[in-house]
Amino acid sequence: MAVVDPLIELRGVNKHYGTLHVLQSIDLTVGRGEVVVVIGPSGSGKSTLCRAMNRLESVESGEIVIDGRPLPEEGKALARLRAEVGMVFQSFNLFAHKTVLANVSLAQIKVRRRKKEEADRRSRELLDRVGLAAHADKFPAQLSGGQQQRVAIARALAMDPKALLFDEPTSALDPEMINEVLDVMRQLAHEGMTMVVVTHEMGFARSAANRVVFMADGRIVEDRAPEDFFTTPRSERAKDFLSKILTH
Amino acid sequence: MDVLTDNFSLYAEGFLGTVELTVYASALALVLGFLMASFRVAPVGSLRVFGTVWVTVLRNTPLTLLFFAVMLGLPRFGLVLPFELFAVLALGCYTSAFICEVLRSGINTVPRGQGEAARSLGMSFTQSLGTVVLPQAFRTVIPPIGSTLIALAKNSAIAGAFSVTELLGTYKTLSELGYNIVWTFVWIAVGYLIITLTISVLFNVLEKRWGVAR
Repeated sequence: MAVVDPLIELRGVNKHYGTLHVLQSIDLTVGRGEVVVVIGPSGSGKSTLCRAMNRLESVESGEIVIDGRPLPEEGKALARLRAEVGMVFQSFNLFAHKTVLANVSLAQIKVRRRKKEEADRRSRELLDRVGLAAHADKFPAQLSGGQQQRVAIARALAMDPKALLFDEPTSALDPEMINEVLDVMRQLAHEGMTMVVVTHEMGFARSAANRVVFMADGRIVEDRAPEDFFTTPRSERAKDFLSKILTH
Repeated sequence: MDVLTDNFSLYAEGFLGTVELTVYASALALVLGFLMASFRVAPVGSLRVFGTVWVTVLRNTPLTLLFFAVMLGLPRFGLVLPFELFAVLALGCYTSAFICEVLRSGINTVPRGQGEAARSLGMSFTQSLGTVVLPQAFRTVIPPIGSTLIALAKNSAIAGAFSVTELLGTYKTLSELGYNIVWTFVWIAVGYLIITLTISVLFNVLEKRWGVAR
């Protein structure tokens, strides 16, 4: 699929875990402002793919280019790049020893070198945007899972990233909390944020994604518009996967 | 009782010697242990190797042997220092290996995701270790660090054999003066108790103040 203005490009990316070839010659381009949803059975390599994009997982061969620059090796340059690509985790990973406000402000102060007052002001704006302004002074453990994940999104947004990566953001949530997180994500997609979302939420894929990437056994099997993919999957693997998750 | 009242200044001198050794060596052990623990979890391979070698060598050397190595070895390389300083060096380096491992086990109790989240926000290794991982590790390592420092206080007795003024060494003078050996040692033991119990109390307070809330 041709992409006009590429922001994230992967070319021939390979990775093994021992003998398991978890990413097999992955080629993927994500355009600026695009929302790409990655789905697939567990163990298909979709989380690894997502984490490789900001080098939380190293890759063995191939090239990863973010906004025209190849992903640097470990060090200062990598840290700078990670600040440009936000990440939201399945298990939230809020800093347990800091308040909600401090969670959102910390990297602004340490990485963006903002003054504390300025960072806190921005944090409160973002917390307000995800509907949690009233909880600024609580600790993460005092919030529900859905609330924690919305704080995590605010924390990622505080760096003014060019793109956001979501690694199964709703998989650890109780069903009634999933929507509050998806609503925030839909709003971001609507505002033109570039997003790569690994998820099992097919409703979100249909309503917010520009493209659906289907992975199986470390390969990208299909890369298509959501409606096409869900109504007429081409590969047997995708048909099988969809029949299992859509009919129960 | 006479042993103590007659020789109070001798006891006091020894007691202060042990306190000094303990305080300075503890400070050195904490700083070095902290540094070595950072090395052992660093993304740079050569630092990890250095930290591992440091711990392996120091932890597996008998402390008395280490004292000999420092007191007799270093002067051969032209490094001549007061014996007190050599003792602090030997005790501090030896204990730093244990502090390092305690800190490292503390670091391992902090979920991996905490460090990953910090790095994903663009924080450097030092920043994520210093502001996210270690503050959380610190809470779990307070009790074992207390134990390690208590062991250090008692290990400082070895310095007495190398003509450093410290508490246990006072027994030689007192037995030469003909005092009852049992009471001499009872008062020496009381002196050590005062020091070790103080460390216990200090770490209990730290644990109440900073420990993990449950």
